[in-house]
Amino acid sequence: MKVPISWLKEYVNITVPIPALAERMTLAGLEVSGIDYIGVEPPTGAGQAAKGKSQRVPWDRERIWVGQILEVRPHPNADRLTLATVEFGHGAPLTVVTGAPNIRPGEKGQKVPFAQVGAKLIDGHYDDGRLLTLKAGKIRGVASEGMVCSEKELGLSDDHEGILILPDDAPVSVPLADYLGDVVLEVEITPNMARCMSIIGIAREVAALTGQKLRLAEPAMQAAGAPIAGQVAIEIPDSDLCNRYSATLIRGVTIGPSPFWLRHRLRLAGMRPISNVVDVTNYVMWEWGQPLHAFDYDKLAERAGGRAPIIIIRRARAGEKMTTLDGVARDLTTDMLLITDTAGPIAVAGVMGGAETEVTEQTRNILLESANFHNINNRRTSQALRLPSEASQRFGRGVPAGMTIPAATRATELMRVLASGVIAQGYADAYPVPQETSVVEITPGQVERILGMKVSAERITAILESLEFRVEKVAPEVLRCTVPWQRLDVSIAADLIEEVARVIGYDQIPTTLFDDTLPPQRRNLDLEAEERIRDILIGCGLQDTIAYSLVGQDTNHRLLAALNDPDSGYTAPGVIPCLLPPAACIRLANPLTPEHDTMRTSLAPSALMILRDNLRFRDRIAQFEIGRVYWPRENQLLPDEPRHLCLVLTGPRESLSWHGGSGEMTDFYDLKGIVEALLSRLGIADARFAATTHPAFGPRVARLTINGVDAGILGELHPQVRAAFDLPAQRVSLAEFALAPFLAAFNRPQTVTPLSAFPAVREDLAFIVDEGVTAEKVLAVMRAAGGDLLRAVELFDLYRGAPIPAGRKSLAYRLTYQADDRTLSADAVERLRNRIVKRVQQELGAELRG
Amino acid sequence: MTEDLHQLAAEAEATLHAAKDSAALEAWRVRYFGRKGVLSDVMARLSTISREERPAYGKAANEFRQTLDAAFAARQEVLRQAELAEALAAEGVDVTLPGRPVSLGRMHPSHRTLREIYAIFAEMGFQVYDAPDVETDENNFQLLNMPPGHPARDMWDTFYTTTPGVILRTHTSPGQIRVMRQYCPEPIRVILPGMCYRYEQVTARSEMMFHQVEALAVGHNITMADLKGVVISFARKMYGEGRKVRFRCSHFPFTEPSAEVDMDCIICGGQGCRVCKYTGWLEIMGCGMVHPVVLRNGGYDPDVYSGFAFGMGVERPAMLKYRINDIRYFFANDARFLEQFV
Repeated sequence: MKVPISWLKEYVNITVPIPALAERMTLAGLEVSGIDYIGVEPPTGAGQAAKGKSQRVPWDRERIWVGQILEVRPHPNADRLTLATVEFGHGAPLTVVTGAPNIRPGEKGQKVPFAQVGAKLIDGHYDDGRLLTLKAGKIRGVASEGMVCSEKELGLSDDHEGILILPDDAPVSVPLADYLGDVVLEVEITPNMARCMSIIGIAREVAALTGQKLRLAEPAMQAAGAPIAGQVAIEIPDSDLCNRYSATLIRGVTIGPSPFWLRHRLRLAGMRPISNVVDVTNYVMWEWGQPLHAFDYDKLAERAGGRAPIIIIRRARAGEKMTTLDGVARDLTTDMLLITDTAGPIAVAGVMGGAETEVTEQTRNILLESANFHNINNRRTSQALRLPSEASQRFGRGVPAGMTIPAATRATELMRVLASGVIAQGYADAYPVPQETSVVEITPGQVERILGMKVSAERITAILESLEFRVEKVAPEVLRCTVPWQRLDVSIAADLIEEVARVIGYDQIPTTLFDDTLPPQRRNLDLEAEERIRDILIGCGLQDTIAYSLVGQDTNHRLLAALNDPDSGYTAPGVIPCLLPPAACIRLANPLTPEHDTMRTSLAPSALMILRDNLRFRDRIAQFEIGRVYWPRENQLLPDEPRHLCLVLTGPRESLSWHGGSGEMTDFYDLKGIVEALLSRLGIADARFAATTHPAFGPRVARLTINGVDAGILGELHPQVRAAFDLPAQRVSLAEFALAPFLAAFNRPQTVTPLSAFPAVREDLAFIVDEGVTAEKVLAVMRAAGGDLLRAVELFDLYRGAPIPAGRKSLAYRLTYQADDRTLSADAVERLRNRIVKRVQQELGAELRG
Repeated sequence: MTEDLHQLAAEAEATLHAAKDSAALEAWRVRYFGRKGVLSDVMARLSTISREERPAYGKAANEFRQTLDAAFAARQEVLRQAELAEALAAEGVDVTLPGRPVSLGRMHPSHRTLREIYAIFAEMGFQVYDAPDVETDENNFQLLNMPPGHPARDMWDTFYTTTPGVILRTHTSPGQIRVMRQYCPEPIRVILPGMCYRYEQVTARSEMMFHQVEALAVGHNITMADLKGVVISFARKMYGEGRKVRFRCSHFPFTEPSAEVDMDCIICGGQGCRVCKYTGWLEIMGCGMVHPVVLRNGGYDPDVYSGFAFGMGVERPAMLKYRINDIRYFFANDARFLEQFV
């Protein structure tokens, strides 16, 4: 909301410098986000908000004046130029050459802004706001000793059609900056401060904050016309949406442009002047916060068949339509409130007027509406019709019903003065649901309990009274506060406490650090474990990533690209990776883009997209994400949001370096190694990898089970899935796990085994087994046979090829034997070895390799 | 005879000195100490010598052997040292060549920032509480004192799901309701981190998804002065001692009184710059005393309990701290961005 200080000053004395005022307002909840200095110099040092924003030029107080044209003569050498002699009170009148079409030879007496040589102005010939310094010179052979200025040259508007003609009472010889200079505050209004979407509302706050009195007289109008009664009637069938509708009638107006002061103010406030009647409605809305609407009364009378129009405020009927004054035919719904007459809709209440009854240049008689509409209904209607406006911004946040008459009176009187109308006596005023008066009690104890600061009953009373609350002391420490009618935001004691706090200033509240019981301290083990896992994986050389939770709805489909019928591969929640069909996912009703319209059910697709993007810059990628997936639950409104872990590896095992390296690419076993490291660091002993199949993966794929619970899947991606994600033809290893099974083991007590004092015996054994015999099986048999004395088994070689027969493979192990209580004798070792070899041979059809 | 031995010893020492490597040294050893070597000869001669001369010759022969032994050992050590020195000299490297690369992982800047925040609040007794991303309209708005159609709802551009009444949380505040309902009537001191979502065009300055951290304290005796204390303490630990912090009245439907917290701009030190929009201040969080309606919705009697809450972004502080000029970097996961974090 733009607030010209000159306008504000009509209602309150400004006793502090503008930057200090802005700061005070900001701290009290009226954030001043910008200060625009119009023609006047910003103060130095303070007012930082003004810097960088304002491109305006201060009007030189020594060179730019209010002048008066004494004479206008034709230019001897140019038809389109004239010579204007201007009196400006600081030396003899000077003559300037001007091309302005709005002063013509023979005219005189106009008040104009006059700039002397040396003044800095905006160059009217350009649109980039560049400045020029006025020089003496000859234009077509005639000396020009200054300039009469357009609005554009002064930085007031883009109007460069003619020079700015000032009001007749403008004081000649006064610096223009003193006469027309202003400061405009840009104030951000929070929803609870709706009352401050008006000059008077802000003036009331400024008065309370600076210890001044609001200067506000009850508006009055000179009504000389016939009484309004009988000329219009008002009916409100839907009084739940309109609790008051007031109207006045002004006859015989002349529609024309508004005077300079009004147009100037509207422009400073950011509005566009249109015509005197419309400008007055906007002006009074800005001043009072009450939106107004002017109807062409004769059109209403015509629609009523010549009888007195009846204004009916009701909801739209099914299928009802109307054309609003922007020329658009609107389809109305039955929850929209309309202003109608006996012939149908004439306005969408508080949103936009109808085209048919709009005020035009021909309008003679005005019916002025000043009404009150239900804020939520109004907001919904303006949103549904996509018609945000200054009016609906105010109605949507709530306007007090007590405002209709003062605002109507102020506007009606202005129309009489500016459009020379005759006001019908009285008001048409239907007020079926009177505004309730709120009364709230408060004690200094409550204030202290919330603010942590003692404030006396007297101080509370003074603050609230400065904001026009009526305060009575009903018991020694109890203040009964009657909320002023213009405040719709105060209904409980907490609201009053905020009023007290913000007027005192939040900076006056002390700073403490709890004087209260410490709540039971609970560890968040899930979070701790997650962070631990993050640290371990980073330690393993993986990059931590965060992908969007939102993906495109075809995303899961791409992970099933290897299937003839990808749709057949969709799974249900609980399966990892969870690939739900689009319709089964959580989907947005209002996505920003189709790439982000579905909550992801698996981390894998987002990880692959990150991979694809980064392969443009890197050939080796190792990354992970710990994030949520979103699984709809049957018969529950909200989805399950389990945390998952996704790991991805691709590219060379070793980074490029002068040391050479193997040049080998990472594969399944690199990924598995990381997973094993993670399991080991988390102290998870019971973890099993089992071969599996999955359409997203090629043949190298396994499921991981932790403590008997399925944790997820790891493997090398299927080539067709790689292609579906635009990945190059190289191995991509990916794992997705649920985090929960990893967390179950976290923070378990851990014990250490004592070190044996007796020597260990190491020996190597190699077995030849069938391809189908897994390493896990061989290990299990050796462990079972070796018992406690077999302390460690390390597989150090896997060999296929001659002399090993096809279909068989050789596995070479280093075994460590050790006892805690004795040195193992050669005999004991031999017995142990024989037992192990025999069991492996018998149970797995193995052959000991010599 | 003994003079001969002296001369022999002198000769031996001279030839030993001439041995410049282990092969020459070995040849010398064979020549003097070998089975048919010089020493052997010298010793053998003892039996051919007359009884009278034998003691003197024997002594001289022993001295001769000792001289040779000592000289040999010394020479052997010299050559060993020389050879080691030579071998080591060949081991020299260009120490400026890069070492063998170790694969490095790095933490995402949002997670780094979250951890800092966790740590600061843990010191003040705040625990971390989790709440879901997909929320009900009821928790996100209604129970936070924003009934349907409430004008303040415009402050949050919301993503709606196709299920009526289910949205993506626009802020972490709905977690307040969840934590209060879980712990009532215990006192509460928690932070609620999490991902939030807004229906906003993605630009360098705004994202549709971002982290927030909410803090909530509820007890018998929690005041706005405590709120100020905690917030100032947090700001100084997060952004540096001596930071200026101001509280400015604002509005959130779920707090009353409400405030926004500004900190002197860490880019320009309060002088005014583009980042602080020439105000000298940076907004770091919104906060306030928990609204009585919200306390009641959480199960706490507002006449007995009071509380404060505040909410702040995570990516914004990270942007300030690391001078990141584009919020889109956070979730684009560009390796060139992520690898910059130490």
